[in-house]
Amino acid sequence: MKTPRVLIVDDSSVMRKIIERSLRQAGLELGEVVQAGNGAEALIAVQEGAFDLILSDINMPLMDGIEFLRQLRAIDSAKSTPVVMVTTEGSESRVVEALTIGAKGYIRKPFTPEQIKERVSPLLEVMR
Amino acid sequence: MNPALASNIQTQVRPDATWATLLDCATKEVFQIMLQTDLTTVSVPEGDVATGDTTAMVGLAGALCGVLSIRCSSRTAESIAGRMLGSVGAVDPSEVPDAIAEICNMVAGNFKAKITRLADHCLLSVPTVIRGEDYEMVTIADGEQIVVCLGHEGERIWVCLAVHS
Repeated sequence: MKTPRVLIVDDSSVMRKIIERSLRQAGLELGEVVQAGNGAEALIAVQEGAFDLILSDINMPLMDGIEFLRQLRAIDSAKSTPVVMVTTEGSESRVVEALTIGAKGYIRKPFTPEQIKERVSPLLEVMR
Repeated sequence: MNPALASNIQTQVRPDATWATLLDCATKEVFQIMLQTDLTTVSVPEGDVATGDTTAMVGLAGALCGVLSIRCSSRTAESIAGRMLGSVGAVDPSEVPDAIAEICNMVAGNFKAKITRLADHCLLSVPTVIRGEDYEMVTIADGEQIVVCLGHEGERIWVCLAVHS
């Protein structure tokens, strides 16, 4: 069975590690996990190889998560890649904007591994 | 202009008596969820001021303008980073500012999410961290300050919301 290739986008290296650890603690079987520090780095990673799941912060320097998602959806090979926003933003308008552009859901920081699993598992199930 | 900023011009939100409790609660929740640690509320004698050689700050703009800061000792900051990362033993020093910045970011986000009129009308900046042995935090803009002091492993963590008038 193919294990999912995952991209984690967050300007905090600590948060990237926590998200990856939470995914594993939640019992999700992962393949390669790639990390990017902002939307621009993430777009380069996407152009180098396809991902089965992307988790992205919204509030990042250089290119934020909303702009990353917008540009991601313009790449033919990534049009349907599931993206979940992981954010401290309680701002409904920012979350709605992300969902309108094509995010599959969002997780608000702080989060537990169970909350990550609840949001991510259905997306990985569809892949199988 | 971001709609969250544009729409707040008519809806400035001012602090009220509940905000100290909400700030206390928002901070404790972040530590409980991300560090599996229970903070205790510390009663601060009048005249005590925030101390510590590590400060993380997040700016707020929109319906509420100001700065939320978290100040603690470097030892506490290292402990926070270690717990966040689930590390056993020493933490990579380069990850300490990143960890304390993320904690500050999450506290700010969690706090504003608790205030209905604020949640959708206030944006957070990318966090900044200051480290050093002798500095004083001075808020230039006049306005209210809400300060909460919390205990963590026998040391103090100061959480301050400075609201610009």
